[in-house]
Amino acid sequence: MKEYSNQGSQDTRSGFGAGLTELGRTNPNVVALCADLIGSLKMDQFIEENPERFFQVGIAEANMMGIAAGLTIGGKIPFTGTFANFSTGRVYDQIRQSIAYSNKNVKICASHAGVTLGEDGATHQILEDIGLMKMLPGMVVINPCDFNQTKAATLAIADHEGPVYLRFGRPKVANFTPADQNFEIGKGILLQEGTDLTIVATGHLVWEALEAAKTLHSNGISAEVINIHTIKPLDKDIILKSVGKTGAIVTAEEHNYLGGLGESVARVLAENNPTPQEFIATQDTFGESGTPAQLMDKYGLNAAAIVKASEKVIQRK
Amino acid sequence: MFNKFQTIMRKKIVEILILLYKIKHMSSTHSMQDIVTQVRRDILRMVHKVNSGHPGGSLGCAEFFVSLYNEVLDLKEGFDMNGTNEDLFFLSNGHISPVFYSVLARRGYFAVDELNSFRLIDSRLQGHPTTHEGLPGVRIASGSLGQGLSVAIGAAQAKKLNNDSKLVYALMGDGELQEGQNWEAIMYAAAKKVDNLIATVDLNGKQIDGSTDEVLPMGSLEAKFLAFGWDVLTIEKGNDIEAIVAGLHKAKGMTGQGKPICILMKTEMGNGVDFMMHTHAWHGKAPNDEQLSSALAQNPETLGDY
Repeated sequence: MKEYSNQGSQDTRSGFGAGLTELGRTNPNVVALCADLIGSLKMDQFIEENPERFFQVGIAEANMMGIAAGLTIGGKIPFTGTFANFSTGRVYDQIRQSIAYSNKNVKICASHAGVTLGEDGATHQILEDIGLMKMLPGMVVINPCDFNQTKAATLAIADHEGPVYLRFGRPKVANFTPADQNFEIGKGILLQEGTDLTIVATGHLVWEALEAAKTLHSNGISAEVINIHTIKPLDKDIILKSVGKTGAIVTAEEHNYLGGLGESVARVLAENNPTPQEFIATQDTFGESGTPAQLMDKYGLNAAAIVKASEKVIQRK
Repeated sequence: MFNKFQTIMRKKIVEILILLYKIKHMSSTHSMQDIVTQVRRDILRMVHKVNSGHPGGSLGCAEFFVSLYNEVLDLKEGFDMNGTNEDLFFLSNGHISPVFYSVLARRGYFAVDELNSFRLIDSRLQGHPTTHEGLPGVRIASGSLGQGLSVAIGAAQAKKLNNDSKLVYALMGDGELQEGQNWEAIMYAAAKKVDNLIATVDLNGKQIDGSTDEVLPMGSLEAKFLAFGWDVLTIEKGNDIEAIVAGLHKAKGMTGQGKPICILMKTEMGNGVDFMMHTHAWHGKAPNDEQLSSALAQNPETLGDY
């Protein structure tokens, strides 16, 4: 088995902040907007270095999305920053008409996604955002797994022409992908080779999937682990190639099973190679207050849950 | 003696210049009126053909669009999305697409024949304007109300970043101001001193369900915009070309002074067609054959029908 080591836990939102800072130095067209959450989004450094390229919009997300769309007319590449809930559900029609349908080059950067936002509770823990965004024609949806990958994704989306939804989180999580990685939008990454089942994970669940694979290995089960950082466009090839070998799959995400990565994978499998699948995701429920670890445990979003689902899916082969 | 002669000559030259200006102004006003009449015909024929669309607000803003595109906007030849070094216009109340399409076509953005395809399948002239089909002259989709002002503000701020001294114009409906996003945008534009922006409100006092006062009274829009920190001017005769041009030029002169500019333009919905005026009934209804004949008879062909 391949060994992955945690280079020191960090939050993915800091990866976004680091990427944005680098873009501020290298791409003069990049501008940033924020709806009163500079510190939470780690945008401070970009603002300090490029005050004229930053727009504080206040607590007015709808206006922020419209302004971002307008800034593209004039060649700017706007990065909007607020929590995932206020980046999607709150402003869905603004994104739909002024950004997606108008095909504007806006990068919607969303922090504090999922239950790992923690104590603030369900009002702020969106578990529907991947579904909302992937349904919009032309929208790219990315959910990177750690600090390094979030930084790399932030750099990569600046070079992609068109609207992008970049989703990341609040808690410190294992940072295990290479610092110098080249982020390719729409390309899954094979992290662990295996023969008995495939685990396809996104975001915070990727590290949990690697931990699960270790446990499964010691139980005599060989799990292949794939990091799907881009939910749309989905890398069908890497998934089909893997299930062609393993014949069973577990999908894992910090999101409702309705509308998430699991459903996208299920559609690809249904069309090409019907395969037993188990879904690690929230089960059509809202979140609640608690520590991130408590919530991931309660809602079945950790390595232990993946192990259980893996053992189950193999029985269904 | 010589000085006196010089003074007289100077006065004469000024008088001649004023006369020339008046002649040019008269003739241009006259020809703009011809364009307005033709635009009205375009609007009526477009909505009649597909038995759908919004003639009322379109007719009410015909003079505004014709004045804006023929006398006010500083435009380059052709169309590019970024609109660098030219004035930009954003239509927020996208349902008045017929007047927008007609004026864009008459201004040369695309062939007037294409007006035939309004609201038909596979058309670039969608029910509400969109960039999706690549229609020249359109820079944002609009139709879901309340979003255009924010977009115009973003475009105005991009111009400032690009050291582009040209202006950004927007048009909103008055009923549309019931959407909350406008007030976020109005607050922001003043706070950020977006003073290269002229936003006009089509004050026709009507919306789908009745008068704006019946549906949701908005009080004094002038007091509201002033309280939010905008400069406000009113065009009392919003269907009079001279009054509109004068108002827009005045607004232009007020830009660059730290405040966004709002024009409250009082218009008559359905203007130019007697039975469509003084009612909200023609907001989103097309005329039948008989009504079309009557409406067209009131507006004889000038530039030639498409």
